[in-house]
Amino acid sequence: MTRTPPFRLAQGGRLIDRAFQLPFRFDGRHLRGVAGDTLASALLANGQMLMGRSFKYHRPRGPIASGAEEPNALLSLGQGGRFEPNQRATTTPLVAGMVTRSQNCWPSLDNDLMAVNDWLSPLFPAGFYYKTFIHPRPFWKHLFEPVIRRSAGLGAAPTDADPDRYEQAYAFADLVVVGGGIAGLTAARDAAASGQRVIVLEQAPHWGGRTPTDHPGGQAAIDALLADLSGRANVTLRRNTMATGLYDHGYLIAREAIADHDPNAGLPRQRLWRIRAGHVVTATGALERPLSFACNDVPGVMLASAVRDFIIDYGVAPGQSILVVTNNDDAYRTALAARAAGLDVPAIIDARPLADGALPQAARAAGIRVLTGTGIAKVKGGKHVEAAALCDQSGDGRVLETIACDVIAMSGGWSPVVHLWSHCGGKLLWDDQAAMFRPDPDRPPLGADGKGNVTVTGAANGDLACAGGLEQPEGATMPVWVMPARAPYRLRAKMWLDFQNDVKVSDVELAAREGYASVEHTKRYTTLGMATDQGKVSNINGLAILSAALDQPIPQTGTTTFRPPYTPLTLATIAAEARGEAFQPLRKTPIHGWHETHGASFEPVGQWRRPYCYPQGAEDRHAAVNREILAVRGGVGTLDASTLGKILVKGPDAGRFLDMLYTNMMSTLPVGKCRYGLMCNENGFLMDDGVVARLSEDSWLCHTTTGGAERIHGHMEDWLQCEWWDWKVYTANLTEQFAQIAVAGPKARALLERLPGTIDLAALPFMHWAEGELAGIPACIFRISFSGELSYEIAVPAGRGLELWQILHREGRDLGITAYGTEAMHVMRAEKGFIMIGDETDGTIIPQDLGLDWAISKKKPDYIGKRAQQRPHMTDANRWKLVGIESLSNKVIPDGAHAVAPGRNANGQRNVQGRITSSYHSPTLGKPIAMALVRHGPSRMGEVLDFPMPSGDVMQGRICDPVFYDKEGSRLNG
Amino acid sequence: MAEILAQVARIEGLAMITIRADLTRAGDALAEATGLPIPGPTGITTDGVRSLGWMSPDELLLILPQADKAQAMQSLDQALTGEHALVADMSDARAVFDVTGPRADDVIAKLAPVDLPRLAPGTLRRSRAAQTAAAFWRIPGGLRVIGFRSTADYLGLILSEAARPGTGLAPR
Amino acid sequence: MLILTCPYCGVQAEETELHPGGEAHLKRVGPDGSDEDFEAYLFARKNPKGVHFERWRHAYGCGKWFLAARCTASLQVFGTYKAQNPYPPAEIVDAIRAHRPDWQPDWTVQHAQAESPAE
Repeated sequence: MTRTPPFRLAQGGRLIDRAFQLPFRFDGRHLRGVAGDTLASALLANGQMLMGRSFKYHRPRGPIASGAEEPNALLSLGQGGRFEPNQRATTTPLVAGMVTRSQNCWPSLDNDLMAVNDWLSPLFPAGFYYKTFIHPRPFWKHLFEPVIRRSAGLGAAPTDADPDRYEQAYAFADLVVVGGGIAGLTAARDAAASGQRVIVLEQAPHWGGRTPTDHPGGQAAIDALLADLSGRANVTLRRNTMATGLYDHGYLIAREAIADHDPNAGLPRQRLWRIRAGHVVTATGALERPLSFACNDVPGVMLASAVRDFIIDYGVAPGQSILVVTNNDDAYRTALAARAAGLDVPAIIDARPLADGALPQAARAAGIRVLTGTGIAKVKGGKHVEAAALCDQSGDGRVLETIACDVIAMSGGWSPVVHLWSHCGGKLLWDDQAAMFRPDPDRPPLGADGKGNVTVTGAANGDLACAGGLEQPEGATMPVWVMPARAPYRLRAKMWLDFQNDVKVSDVELAAREGYASVEHTKRYTTLGMATDQGKVSNINGLAILSAALDQPIPQTGTTTFRPPYTPLTLATIAAEARGEAFQPLRKTPIHGWHETHGASFEPVGQWRRPYCYPQGAEDRHAAVNREILAVRGGVGTLDASTLGKILVKGPDAGRFLDMLYTNMMSTLPVGKCRYGLMCNENGFLMDDGVVARLSEDSWLCHTTTGGAERIHGHMEDWLQCEWWDWKVYTANLTEQFAQIAVAGPKARALLERLPGTIDLAALPFMHWAEGELAGIPACIFRISFSGELSYEIAVPAGRGLELWQILHREGRDLGITAYGTEAMHVMRAEKGFIMIGDETDGTIIPQDLGLDWAISKKKPDYIGKRAQQRPHMTDANRWKLVGIESLSNKVIPDGAHAVAPGRNANGQRNVQGRITSSYHSPTLGKPIAMALVRHGPSRMGEVLDFPMPSGDVMQGRICDPVFYDKEGSRLNG
Repeated sequence: MAEILAQVARIEGLAMITIRADLTRAGDALAEATGLPIPGPTGITTDGVRSLGWMSPDELLLILPQADKAQAMQSLDQALTGEHALVADMSDARAVFDVTGPRADDVIAKLAPVDLPRLAPGTLRRSRAAQTAAAFWRIPGGLRVIGFRSTADYLGLILSEAARPGTGLAPR
Repeated sequence: MLILTCPYCGVQAEETELHPGGEAHLKRVGPDGSDEDFEAYLFARKNPKGVHFERWRHAYGCGKWFLAARCTASLQVFGTYKAQNPYPPAEIVDAIRAHRPDWQPDWTVQHAQAESPAE
C-alpha cells in the first residue's frame, strides 16, 4: 500500500509542544517539526521514512529504533566547523534552523547510484574483500584501496576546526545510578534515604525511561519518585548525560549534552564527567531485538517499541496501517497504542503457537486479528513497506496470505543493556527462559577493595516487568532466531542482522561453514556489530545464528567484548579544555616576553619554549644562527639559560650521596668551586650531565639539562626515599626560583664590570662561583662555559631576570651584545667537542663511549651505573666511540647518517660502523663539522668513511678529533 | 547575561619559604619561628597574614608577605641551628591565583581530580589543575591556588576558561 | 583508572596523580655483585598474575614514594605502605591472606621482622 498523510497525529505526543513550530532543512528541503521532537520524529512527521543508505549495498533505510541503538538513521548535521557526520536522528533533539543531510548516497537519497551494489549483492558475501582484493599484491595499494576508500565510509569527515567549547568536570559519589527510568529512580530513592551521596544519570532529556510510555499511571509514578529525589540535598539528578564507560575502581565517564546544536548559548557544547563512584547501579534498561525475516530492512519495518514511542511520545504516525509481528506479549502494546491513536492494525503476527496473556486478550477484545504460529515470509516493497507475505512459522516460507500495510512493528524479545556492567569485567549468564544474556550477580566487576562495585536493577537485570504494580502479567517469550524456522537460503540471504554494515543471516552461516568458530573472529570477518551502533540491536541475533550454525548452545558461543564508549563520543569532548592555547602547558622563562618582542623563533624543549634564534629583518634562521655565533665568538652574547635544572642538595650525607649519583667525585669539591658531572642510571647509561657547585660545607647545587630537571630531582628523591632512607640529605628543586643568563664572549667580563656589584670578576677563576650583588640584584655568578668562550652564568631571583637581561643589553650595546638562541649554543658546543644529552646520547650510550673516562672516578668503590659498566658488553673494545667528522664535500652530512662497512648482514642490509650524532655548519671555521660514534673511532684518525644518502649519493667524511676549535682552551680566559 | 562563576585574580607580593626538616624533632622550634601552629598532614594553619602548609611528612611551606621574608628566613635558620634541615626561598618559583565567588568550587572541580565538597577549610590539597601541578586551599570567599611560575599563563588561562559565565556545574 | 591511598599524606589519589615505579622490594646489587645477581636485579621481574608489590610515587602530591600490594588480575588493592620497608609489613600480609588464603610470601620471615627505621 502507499503511504498517506497525515503523519502527525491530531492528538497525543507526551514529549512535544505543538505550540512551538521549528523549521529545519533536510537535504535542502524546508520542513517543520515541533518543540520536543527528535530529528527522527520530525522527519517521520513530514512523511520522510527514508533516512539513509546502508554501508555496503546502499539499501534504502529508515529508522528502526527510537533511541541510542538506532543503526540506520544517521545524518550529517551542521555546516562548516560545526559539521558532524553520523548523528543518530533518533537521539538528536530538533533545534530551529537545523541543517541536516542524508549520507552514503549519490546523487541523492532517493536515487543512489551505488545501490547497484545491492543488485550485485550475491557477489559480495562475508569476506568478499579479503578474498578478492588480495592478488596481485601491488593492486591493493594502487588500485583497490583507493577505489574502496572512496566508496566506503559513513558520512564525511569535517574539514574545519570545531568552533565550540567543551569542558570536563570531576565528581565523586557514594553511588551513581545510571538510568533514570523507574528502576533507576527507585534505586536512587532507596539509597538516598540512607544519606549517601547519589548521582543519577539519564541519557535522554526526560526522566522515566519506558514507564510513562508503556504503563497507564507510569508518569505519575515517575513524578512521585522525582519529587522525592529532587528534595534531597544528597542527590544530584542529571539529564542529557550518557554514561559512556565504566573503568577500574569505579571510574565512570559520562557525557553531558549542554548546548548541542545551540551554539549561540555561549555555553560549552558538551561536558565530560569523570566520576569516581563508590558503587554503581546500572539501570540501563533493555533493547528490543529485531526479528530475522526476509527483507526486514525495508524502510517501515521498525522495532515495535519504537513504533509506539513515535505514536505516544511524539504524536507521530510512522504509517497508517501497522502490522505487528512478535514472539512476546510486549509488542501487543504497540498494536493497542496504534489502535488507540486511530491507526489501522490489520493483524498481529505471533510466532508462538499460543498467545493468551492479558495483553493478547486485550488486543483480541479490541477487535484486532491475532494470528499465532505465524511468521513473515517476506516483506514487499522497495523504498517503503507495501505488504507482508505470511507463512507458517515452523515451515519453509510457503506464503499463506499477503497483508497490505505500510509499517511492520517487529519484536524479537528484549536484551538487557549490559555494556557498563561488562566494560570493567562483569560477567554474563545466559537466561534460557528469557532468551537473553544478563549480568551474573556472582561475577560482578570488582572495586579497589575486591568486592563487587556494580549492581544491576530493572530491565538491565533481565527483569522486564520492573514497573511493579503498574505491570500486567505477560506470557513467555519464545526464542525466534529465524523466521520462518526452516527458511531456505533464498530467504536467509535477505534477513538482515546488522543493518548498518549489511550483515545477513547467510553471511554469519557462511563464516561458520568456513571455519570461524570464535565469535570474535566471526565479528571481524563478517563485520557483524562493527558499525557505529556496535551491534546494539544485532549482537544477540547474530550470536544465536552463529550458535545454530555451529550446532552449539548460545552460552558456549558467548558474546563479543563490550567496550566503551556506549555511544560514540566526539573527540572534542574527550580533549575538553586541552586545545588551542591550553593544549598543553607551555613553560615560559621570566625573559620570555623579551624574546617574543625581539623576534625570537622558538623551539620546544620539553614543555619549555626556548628561543632557537632571533632572526633580524629579512634574515632566515640559518643566517641568524651564524650571526649570533660570530657575535659571541667576536664580542659578547647572552643566552637565556633559565630552563636549566637547579637542584639544591643539602645535609651531612649530601657529599656521599652525590658521589653515588655522579660518576665522578663530588664530595671532594671545595666550597666555591664547580665541577662538570655525569649521571648514569643503574644500566650504566648516561642520563644527564651538568655543572655542580659546592655552596657550603653541607650543600651543593646541581645543574641539570633543561629536560632533566624534574626527572633528575625525581631520580634523587627515589634513591633517597627508597634505598638510602637513613642518609641525612634533603633536596629542593630550585629551577624556577632563578632566572639564569649566560654572558659569553671575549668581552663578557668587560660588560659585567660595567655593572655595579660586589663580586670581583677578576678574582673569579674558571670553574669557580661567587655570590653577591650585580646591578643591585642578588646574584650568583658561575664562571663556566658551554661555548668555549670566556663565560659567566648569572643566576638571579626569577622575578628580576628580565631586569638583569635588559640592563645587560643596554650596557652592552656598544660592545655589540647579541642575544643568542639554543641553536647557536648547540653549534658552539659542537665546535668545542662538548657532548649534548639527547644528541650524543640516546639511552644506550655510556660515558666511556664519549671519551669521558676522565669524568669517571676510579677511586670510588661504587656509584649508580658502575656495576653495569663492568659488564662485558660495556667494556667491549668494539663499542662505537666518539670522534669528529670532517665532510669532504664541504656539505653538512645529515644528522643520523650511518657510516657503512664492507659486506651485508643476515637481512641483506649494508653493514654499518658508525653514525653521525651532531652535524652543523660552523660559521666560526667556515666549514661543516660533525660528531659521530664510530667503531674503534679514536684509533682511526684520518680514515675516510662513506655515508650513503637516501638519494643514492654517498657523502664522505674523514675521522678527526672532535674538538674543532680552540683545542688549547685559551679562549676561556677571554 | 549570566555571571562568571568566580573571579580569577593573580596575587603578587607573597613570599614562600620551603622548609624541610624532621617535623617531630624541629616542630616546636619551627612553630615558634613561624608564629604558627605546625599543621598536621595535608593541613594549613594561618593567622590571616601568614600561613603554614603541610607539603609532605618532612616539608612545610611558609607563605607570608614579601616584606617579612628576610626576617623569617633568618628566624628559621636560627630555629634550625644544629638540625639537619633545608630552608629555601621559593617566592619567585611560584604563581598564586585567588579564585573567589559563589561558584569557585565549580572552577576547581573542572580541573582537578579532587572531591571539592569534601575539601574542609584548613586543608591544603596538592594535586594537578588539568596538566600542571597545583595546590589549593580554602580562603574566605573561595580558594587560593598555587602553581609554578613557568606555567602561570596556562594556569591563569584554564582557571579563567573554567569560570566562564553560565557554566556552573549545578544540574540543568 | 586506579585509586591508591598515599600512606604518607592519607590522600586517596587517582592514577593521574601518581607515577608508577615498577616492582617493589628489589635489592640493589652493587659493584661486587655477580653477573647473575646483577642481571636479576636489573632485568628479572616477577610479573605475576595475582599478588604483586609495586612502587608508586605520589608525584602530584607529597612527592613521596610508597609501595602497594595489589592483585594484577582483579586490581584489588590489599594495602599501601611506606617505601622504607624492606619487606611488606605484617598487616599487609594479613590483608592479602584474608582474600587469598593460598598465597605464600616469597621472602623469609626473620628478615620481615626487621623493623623499618622510618616507622
